[in-house]
Amino acid sequence: MKKRAYVNRIPLMICVLLMVFICPLNSYSKDKIKLGLITPLTGDVKTFGESSKNGFLLALEEYTPKGRYTIEPVIADDRNDPTEGANAALKLITQDRVIAISGPLTSKVAIPVSEIANKNRIPMITGSATNPKVTVHDGNRKPYIFRACFIDPFQGSIAATFALKELKLKTAAIVYDVGNDYSKGLAEFFKSTFSKGGTVVGYESYQKDDVDFSAIITKISSKKPDVIFLPDYYNKVALIARQIREKGLKSLMMGGDGWDSPELIKIAGDALSGCYFTNHYSPERKDPVTETFIKKYRGKHGVIPDALAALSYDATMILLRGLDSIKTPSQEELVRFLSAMKNYKGVTGNITFDKNGDAIKSVALLKIEGGRVRYVTTINP
Amino acid sequence: MEFLSYLLQQCINGLQLGSVYALIALGYTMVYGVLRLINFAHGDIFMLGAFTGFFLITKFHLPIYLVFILTMLTTGFVGYLIEKIAYKPLRGAPRISLLITAVGVSLFIEYLFSMNALFTPNYIGFPRVFSVVTYDFPLFSITNIQLVIFTITSVSLILLYLLIYKTKYGRAMRAVSFDHETASLMGINIDWIISFTFFTGASLAGIGGILYGIAYPQINVFMGIMPGIKSFIAAVLGGIGIIHGAVIGGLLIGISEVFVSAFISSTFRDGIIFFILLFVLLLKPSGILGKKLEKV
Repeated sequence: MKKRAYVNRIPLMICVLLMVFICPLNSYSKDKIKLGLITPLTGDVKTFGESSKNGFLLALEEYTPKGRYTIEPVIADDRNDPTEGANAALKLITQDRVIAISGPLTSKVAIPVSEIANKNRIPMITGSATNPKVTVHDGNRKPYIFRACFIDPFQGSIAATFALKELKLKTAAIVYDVGNDYSKGLAEFFKSTFSKGGTVVGYESYQKDDVDFSAIITKISSKKPDVIFLPDYYNKVALIARQIREKGLKSLMMGGDGWDSPELIKIAGDALSGCYFTNHYSPERKDPVTETFIKKYRGKHGVIPDALAALSYDATMILLRGLDSIKTPSQEELVRFLSAMKNYKGVTGNITFDKNGDAIKSVALLKIEGGRVRYVTTINP
Repeated sequence: MEFLSYLLQQCINGLQLGSVYALIALGYTMVYGVLRLINFAHGDIFMLGAFTGFFLITKFHLPIYLVFILTMLTTGFVGYLIEKIAYKPLRGAPRISLLITAVGVSLFIEYLFSMNALFTPNYIGFPRVFSVVTYDFPLFSITNIQLVIFTITSVSLILLYLLIYKTKYGRAMRAVSFDHETASLMGINIDWIISFTFFTGASLAGIGGILYGIAYPQINVFMGIMPGIKSFIAAVLGGIGIIHGAVIGGLLIGISEVFVSAFISSTFRDGIIFFILLFVLLLKPSGILGKKLEKV
């Protein structure tokens, strides 16, 4: 009996011995830190998720040779679904114990995730969630949450001003997804600015799973608006745009950063030819940081990076810069660093967080022409 | 004049949507007729129809009539399998067990096919089978897609009508829906007739799936849920178990959906459809055409 108990303990003793030997070896290498990314790798905005994952991994790759820590990426798929996103955030925070989170990408997921991250004191930078509610809730700033992009009130008013002043359009119709914070917010901000100089003749909503827009389109077409504003993601926009053209409506269409996907033109065909959308950056931006990023990204993935890749890269790079600048990897110090950071030179422009944690940045106006997206102009805040 | 044209145009929009609902509602109603079961997996068979059509068009480049026939056979076979695997072992069990099983089958199909190795949960663009042509008339305009939908739906309905009221199998189906035991005493193979009913209902859903894909060119694994529920409402509205009822219910739901968007607000659309369901269940649970309890 006694002998047996001794035999049973042999594997355990080997383990302990091994640990004693390995531990000092390990301490010579860099400390390990986990960094989380929440992004939609599947679902209705999957190209966004893929781009942002590429941007995230590219940032880690560049950081690794010179950085202070060994970063272990933890990537979670949110399917562009708020519940999935919240589950992913809880898993990253409680199980994987990440130091900070990059993402989520869309506002409707970023809003619940930002609540969770803020409550658990985990710093989060979203690359591209533009709804104001991500960083501020009912007038209260969520101190752990930052974003590397502009917000929808700005984006919506720029689009509306451009339609009024530059394109000299008089009437507008807005069609938006009532269950999506991003779409709803952008629709409201466009409406409030446009109605100052023109008339909004239609303000129609649909639900996430709708595919038949014939009733809405027939309703709008009787008002003959000059421009139809479609603040949604590329999949829905393409579907609506096609149905608009099939119904013989010739109005110009405009949208926001949700349009930025190669899938948009693939699904919509030439329905969107001549239409405009606002975006975070244009690959035609003349800047050494941007140019090196595009070159590297292109060498790796064979395509020109879209705004989602660039923003995710910027958000991740800022977090990594923060980790290297502070003495010990603690969440509080990281937040202090981010709040004090000035003029970070990012791919999508210079980034300084304002008192709400939002980046103050310019809007790029793009036009779809001949199956390609072309740069028109940049509008500063 | 302008209002009349607006009204007509919205009617056509509603008929387009309603035709697809009618095709799905028929499957609900037929299965209810023979088994007294609400087959909740029916919306997912509709989804499988859209995907089968998608693969046949993009991978095999088959002509469109072959796509329809093969899809009907495939979804019909799936319907047959579902009945054999999930519902047949429960023959004689309380109806609530069958109902819960139906919900289970529906979830199983959705999440099985949403795996990355199968259809993935992504949105997939349905190929354009033919280019869109709009025909303008003084009061309304109509696209060739809408014409195709109306034609295929009407032809399927006529064939189904002939099948049920003019053939031996149809007579057997009607007999089974009246009384299982008496029908089997008359020498009708009940199991065979039930399988046949599932097959027919599922192939109609398959047609509906392709038509839906053609009209709204974006498909995904969860696309069957809402049309499934709305078609179920359509079947109840028309009087569940009654063939003509499903058609009338489908068209009515389609038109009311469009009219709510057109004249009230697009935000209330789904709410009002569910309100109709409540209304029917409260006031006339047997539906518009339901007198006492007429079957299939």
